[in-house]
Amino acid sequence: MRWMSTAIEIRSAVKRYGTTTALHAVSLEIADNAFFTLLGPSGCGKTTLLRCIAGFEDLNEGEIRLFGQDIARLDPNHRPVNTVFQHYALFPHMTVLENVAFGLKMIGVSLDDRRARAGRMLEMVHLSAFADRMPTQLSGGQQQRVALARALAPEPKVLLLDEPLSALDLKLRQAMRVELKTLQEETGITFVFVTHDQEEALTMSDRIAVMSQGRVQQVGSAREIYEAPVNRFVADFIGETNLIEVTVERIEGDWARVILPGGHVIRCAAAGTSPGKHHLSIRPERLSLAKTGELVATIERVVYLGTDLQLLTRLTSGEAIQVRLQNSARTEVPAPGTQVALHLEEGAARLLAD
Amino acid sequence: MKGVRHYPGFLTMAVACLVILYAPLIVVTVYSFNASTSITTWGGFSWRWYGDVFTGPEAPRFKAAAWNSITIAVLAASAATTIAVAASLAMIRGGRFRGKSATFALINLPLMVPEIVTAVATLIFFSAIGLVTGYMTILIAHIVFCIPFAYLPITARLQGIEDSYEQAARDLYATQWQAFRLVLLPLMLPGVISGFLLAFIISLDDFIITNFVKGAGMETLPTAIFGSVKQGIKPNIMAISTMMLAVSVLFVTLSYLVNRIGQRTRS
Amino acid sequence: MAGLTPSGQGNGSGYRRIVAPLLLPTWLMIGIFLVLPVLLMAIYSFLTKEFRGGVIWDFTLASYDQFFLNRGLFGDEPPVIEWTYITIFWRSIWQAAVATLICLAIGFPTAWFIATRPPRSRAIWLFLITIPYWVNLLIRTVSLKFLIRDNGPLNEPLMALGLITDPLPLVNTNLAVQLGLFYSYLPFMVLPIYAAVERYNFALSEAAADLYASRWVTLWEIVLPVVKPGIIAGCILVFVPSLGAFLAPDLLGGAKTFMIGSLIDEQFRGSQGNWPFGAAAAMILMTLVLIVLMFYARAQAREGAR
Repeated sequence: MRWMSTAIEIRSAVKRYGTTTALHAVSLEIADNAFFTLLGPSGCGKTTLLRCIAGFEDLNEGEIRLFGQDIARLDPNHRPVNTVFQHYALFPHMTVLENVAFGLKMIGVSLDDRRARAGRMLEMVHLSAFADRMPTQLSGGQQQRVALARALAPEPKVLLLDEPLSALDLKLRQAMRVELKTLQEETGITFVFVTHDQEEALTMSDRIAVMSQGRVQQVGSAREIYEAPVNRFVADFIGETNLIEVTVERIEGDWARVILPGGHVIRCAAAGTSPGKHHLSIRPERLSLAKTGELVATIERVVYLGTDLQLLTRLTSGEAIQVRLQNSARTEVPAPGTQVALHLEEGAARLLAD
Repeated sequence: MKGVRHYPGFLTMAVACLVILYAPLIVVTVYSFNASTSITTWGGFSWRWYGDVFTGPEAPRFKAAAWNSITIAVLAASAATTIAVAASLAMIRGGRFRGKSATFALINLPLMVPEIVTAVATLIFFSAIGLVTGYMTILIAHIVFCIPFAYLPITARLQGIEDSYEQAARDLYATQWQAFRLVLLPLMLPGVISGFLLAFIISLDDFIITNFVKGAGMETLPTAIFGSVKQGIKPNIMAISTMMLAVSVLFVTLSYLVNRIGQRTRS
Repeated sequence: MAGLTPSGQGNGSGYRRIVAPLLLPTWLMIGIFLVLPVLLMAIYSFLTKEFRGGVIWDFTLASYDQFFLNRGLFGDEPPVIEWTYITIFWRSIWQAAVATLICLAIGFPTAWFIATRPPRSRAIWLFLITIPYWVNLLIRTVSLKFLIRDNGPLNEPLMALGLITDPLPLVNTNLAVQLGLFYSYLPFMVLPIYAAVERYNFALSEAAADLYASRWVTLWEIVLPVVKPGIIAGCILVFVPSLGAFLAPDLLGGAKTFMIGSLIDEQFRGSQGNWPFGAAAAMILMTLVLIVLMFYARAQAREGAR
């Protein structure tokens, strides 16, 4: 087993454009040999951060260390990181092979050597047959793989990928996700992947950093982020959730006594909160219909989704609650207008810091 | 670290470029105000050479030349603009027709043929058919090479106008002519004006072709200036040059402004 | 259905029917007063000169003969190549080429610089670059002549400052003519290159930098090949007019810098002129231009097919 070193360490990175701040003191650690994803909506700063690592933007404050070495002052062509661009940026006047060999040419590899290495790269992405074609003659998916091969050819320590799958259609995207994941595992290179698609992030990543408005909201594995969101943004951005305002009565060690709307009291993890008003996140699939439950709601609409049944309900106190039931040989589908009791599974409720 | 757009030395080149382009013009403008008769030493600020242009010994000659230049330019630009409007309507609104690409080549022909070749050919032609060189020959030659210059802005403007406007007018019982006059022409106007200004300046500035076909005893402003320069650069030449410079800049700015206004009313 | 497209090419357009009358003035003017004259000029190049300056309708190859050879093809002695006129043509090609190169060397960085400015200052730069073009070419050439003369505003300060002892020998030199040509046609180089750089995808430069290319290597390997069409267009737009230029060589040059334009002009002045010879020279010039344009058209077609 390899000793896990830190591939990239970002300390208090600040990036400003005129009066707007794109990155507010961002700090991150990215482990070697990991598939690390920066996830967030447009404008959250994930692409800015990636470009800072690549060297196309300068930080106003803060450090970026690559395996311990400070690279913040280096030009992009002196950093051993390579980028797969969102729209591939393949050189239109060079063949596929010449594109892939370009980085090798720049670092001084001899003609024969770089042709051989580029050829091997193309084999790895299954495009050997296209070596002498021009980029414009390739489909989107093929271009994307050429861009990948080109970035991997110089054997960088870190590979940066800027939303590389966003221009592909669904089936291709799903296939590429598997390919990329396999590639990362085989090469052992650290991948830093930027996307706004949370399903993509959840399926591919070892660790995810959720970003919003220039700040890192939470870092963790897919499971941690989904099941234990720290704030409303993360809870809402990842998957679907119900957010209701509750009152924390008191804290007992790691646990909190929480008063739900309707008066019922439950116990859940304190998550660093103190007594007062907070938000609670409950995933729709963790609620079920029961004879008695912690919440009482009226069904407003029932939506049939094939695999699931989606119930849109409303509490007596007015909040909208979504419930997801897995479809099975059910005898009764509750009718709109019925009042039902909703039962929270063990640990379904997460208290949020905000 | 600067971005990928930055190349050291390019800013210097661009500035040097501007300096080289403007230096001679600025120098001439400055010296046109030189009080002393010597063109090499500075003798103080004076308007005398401007006065000399209008009242000095060469004044009648320049006045006649200026009159010729201006009237020819107005007439040639008007004719060329009208012809270009018609051509533009045919090319842009006429759909596909036989000879369309030939017409396109024909319209661009004056731009492709080197000026001196045009000049020679035109002179030979007039001589062969026995047309006496003078005002008319200059005018005809000017109209020909002004057509493509007027055509360009007019076409650019017309291409951006959807034909739904005219269709709406026809739908409301307007005739073809009314639809053109009341709907299309007003919308085309910025392009037409721009084309006219362009053609005007091109005609006013022309030297080579004019010089060939003007015959003896006839002068336009450029040919008069050329003749005078051949005898040595005198201060009044600089005054005239500065005035023509000012007129050119004025016209360019006007054309630019007309285009800007046109942009705001763009469909 | 009918023509809701911006270009209005629908068949509902009523202009279709009147295309012929609309184009008649154009066809008449350009057909009669340009196409016909050029054809006539071609014919004239095969005629005999009249001593008063004019022609006799006697067909001969004399003009072309005179151009290339010392003695006739059909004379008693074997023909000897007449170098005088060929030299003039060659010199014109050379001058035009050098002027084009100077325009490229200065025009490319300028165009790149302007195209990489933020939009507002870009418009100002473009405006500034194109204004001198709108000034009468004669005036611009005269101004240049004034600037570089021996006791003029360029040499005087330099001599006064003691930087040079004798005035820079600029007037009547090849350099002066090249400078004049550069000055006349620079915007024609800048604008097409500017258009090409404006369309350039800068992510390509970033990708090159990402793959360890230095700034200048990127320029050579990536930028230039991609903006090549704009560069070629600019070169053509400078080279072709420079070939047949008259003003710059005439005003700024001297006997040693005699070019095609002046040669042709000379044939039609006064009674020493030789009209057929002038026509022949003009025909040869036009052929040269057509060859260059044909190369360009073919290069364009090849680019399009790629």
